[in-house]
Amino acid sequence: MNRRILLMVPFAGVLVAGAGFLAMLEREQEGTFDPRAVPSQIINKPVPPFDLPGSPGFSSTDLRGRPIVVNFFASWCIPCVEEAPVLMALKAQGVPIYGIAYKDKPDATAAFLARNGDPYERLARDEPGRVAIDWGVYGVPETYLIDPQGIVRWRHVGPLTQDAVTAGLQPLLRRYA
Amino acid sequence: MIRLALALVAFLLLAGPAFAISDPSEALPNPQQEARAVAIGRQLRCLVCQNESIEDSGADLARDLRHIVRQQVAEGKTNRQVIDWLVARYGNFVRLRPPFEPSTYLLWGSPVLALAAGAGVAFFARRSRPTAPPPLSAAEQQRLRQILDT
Repeated sequence: MNRRILLMVPFAGVLVAGAGFLAMLEREQEGTFDPRAVPSQIINKPVPPFDLPGSPGFSSTDLRGRPIVVNFFASWCIPCVEEAPVLMALKAQGVPIYGIAYKDKPDATAAFLARNGDPYERLARDEPGRVAIDWGVYGVPETYLIDPQGIVRWRHVGPLTQDAVTAGLQPLLRRYA
Repeated sequence: MIRLALALVAFLLLAGPAFAISDPSEALPNPQQEARAVAIGRQLRCLVCQNESIEDSGADLARDLRHIVRQQVAEGKTNRQVIDWLVARYGNFVRLRPPFEPSTYLLWGSPVLALAAGAGVAFFARRSRPTAPPPLSAAEQQRLRQILDT
């Protein structure tokens, strides 16, 4: 009897592990789990101090007084083209979007914005990419929401989708408005 | 033949380890500091390729991070300080060797758990093995003799 129970242990173990993997794969398919995602370290923390050039550029102290969306992008980034309509729609709603061009030449950025639309209220350049590292950016595009006190409240990695805006950004925009 | 073998061994000894840094200008002039920077970089994950260290990766971000590591080593920061600087930005995910903390207890404890489970199975398997039957009583011996004799 004892022996038979003992024999069941490995089978039970395999069953539990299988159920775990199934749950993981299902959540991966739904998009609620991404094993490659690097969780942001600056959520609910103040924006890392910076002062970037541009026309006219902006600094961390400019991200105050109202909720502002900050978008890291580049003219050489293909998913950035994909998210351009979503950003334009946000702009049309009156959401202030500040852009940070990551490792990009000013001419190339200007051409990109002429081609895909310019959703940015203000535009800064991070050619060395050091400010992006302070934010924990590991690829473009990445999109952040900064609350009126200058605290980072939300981040989206990869091209911004309408789903991400509806489910993640809009409720927070309402909360911090 | 022996001379050839010796020559081959000599060549093997001469061959230095290959580094991903293709650009020698990236390396620090001080070889001791450079060795430290390499040792630190080996422990840090490239966030773009994820299964390579920043020392091995060709990604742009990895190059920037290598540069930052070297800059901080040259400034005299300790290995711990450099790694903490990166962990503050990218989280523990950036460390190829995860720290021992509540969320990783199971990970680090799994070899001990597996050993304990194996020991448990071995113990129970041994215990439930049938033991040798008690020796026959005098009456049984007599009966056995009777059976054998007939």
